[in-house]
Amino acid sequence: MITLRNVHKSFGTQKVLDGLDLDIPDGKITAIIGPSGEGKSVLLKHLIGLLQPDSGAVEVDGESILNLRRSELNRIREKFGMLFQNVALFDSMTVFENVAFPLQEKTSFSKEEIRSKVLSALEDVGLKNIEHKFPDELSGGMKKRVGLARAVVLNPKIILFDEPTTGLDPIIKRAIHQLIKDTHAKFGFTAVIVSHEIPEIFDVAQNVAMLFRGKILQHGTSEDIINSTDPAIRQFITGSLDGPIQMV
Amino acid sequence: MVQALGHITIEMLRDMGRSGWFMLYAFYMMFRRPGSLVHVLKQIRFIGTKSLFVIVLTAGFTGMVLGLQGYYTLTKFGSEGMLGTAVALTLIRELGPVLAALMVTGRAGSAITAEIGIMRITEQIDALETMALDPFKYLVTPKFIAAMISLPLLCAIFDVIGIYGGWLVGVKLLGVNQGAYFYEMEKSVVWRDVYSGFVKSFSFGIIIAWIGCYKGYYAGHGAEGVSKATTESVVLTSVIILVWDYFLTSVLL
Repeated sequence: MITLRNVHKSFGTQKVLDGLDLDIPDGKITAIIGPSGEGKSVLLKHLIGLLQPDSGAVEVDGESILNLRRSELNRIREKFGMLFQNVALFDSMTVFENVAFPLQEKTSFSKEEIRSKVLSALEDVGLKNIEHKFPDELSGGMKKRVGLARAVVLNPKIILFDEPTTGLDPIIKRAIHQLIKDTHAKFGFTAVIVSHEIPEIFDVAQNVAMLFRGKILQHGTSEDIINSTDPAIRQFITGSLDGPIQMV
Repeated sequence: MVQALGHITIEMLRDMGRSGWFMLYAFYMMFRRPGSLVHVLKQIRFIGTKSLFVIVLTAGFTGMVLGLQGYYTLTKFGSEGMLGTAVALTLIRELGPVLAALMVTGRAGSAITAEIGIMRITEQIDALETMALDPFKYLVTPKFIAAMISLPLLCAIFDVIGIYGGWLVGVKLLGVNQGAYFYEMEKSVVWRDVYSGFVKSFSFGIIIAWIGCYKGYYAGHGAEGVSKATTESVVLTSVIILVWDYFLTSVLL
């Protein structure tokens, strides 16, 4: 379980998180939705300690991750995998080296074992015979899938997805969503997906939390959010121009 | 106005503190988790081997111009036999370490900043952190070790090529006696001169890696942020090398 309590975060004079509370349950797919620029990625980075809140509490499995020594924070981070919005593959390494990297650095597997695990992870995400290519030789969808393979290769307990389908065509988008559901069903990790893919995300996530003005407006099942009467949530789901969400 | 000045001062102090911590942490990691030998060798190839051409070229022409200028000055006192000493001491004590460091700053220091800066803005450094891996072990420490090994070696090469550049102009073109050129040099140059040159180039290696990595690690947003960081890195490294050179010279004289 990941718990955030009364989390505040500002960048200069801009307040991004304003007393945010959220519980992310184990073993489920939780989506964080909300308008662009509301701090969804900032919230995600708080979960893994890439950003520290100005005040408030962030706990992973009952352990605070704030103000820890690097070694202690790394011990908690070993529970995580993360797929970044821009994938963040190491551009000087091949696909194989990218996926093998966490295995080489974090485990004592032999070269043969690493090779077999990398190829198996790539196969799980539907990629074959591309292990010798460099990231800049891949399409956007392929990069996302390599990123997903790298995120799951150590079989982490929690995986964070930062806008995993942004900028992809509808078919690839659906394929990535299906891949997340399939890998989740196979490995049973806790997933947190930051997304504004409406309505597709309701089909992927079991829980959905709507972030608006630095707070979680509502958190519940996909049905709860779809049937919400909150004007901001209604506006976000329907994509209406009229309502409390203003275009910046 | 006063508020803005105060804000700038606080930012400068914060930046100095952060850069100081950055260097200390890099040294701490060097002893605790120095990274793989392969990473270090790759960096030695990049910082050292690939700088050889520019070092040889610069050293050759520096030695040649020292030969010309030295001959012009020394003939006024009838002491052109001292040309070898003048060229060697100038190169070994001063120009070898400083010019080699400035050349490496332009070639490798800027590239170090750009490489780490691009990794920062494309979240590759964040990716390392989320894997519970310390980015210093992969990106910073190998560059520090490589620069500390490469710079004294490049400086030695600079000195030798420079001395032969001076020989080419002084002995072969201007007719200075070859025996006098090398004999006077051998008589005047002592271990302390060589040692001071190596101490300088070793510390310049640390400065190049420190500023290069630091500016990249904290690069601002987007291509403009990396471009600004790269420029700042080259300018700041060059200035610190020259200032530090003065202090070291005053101590090592």
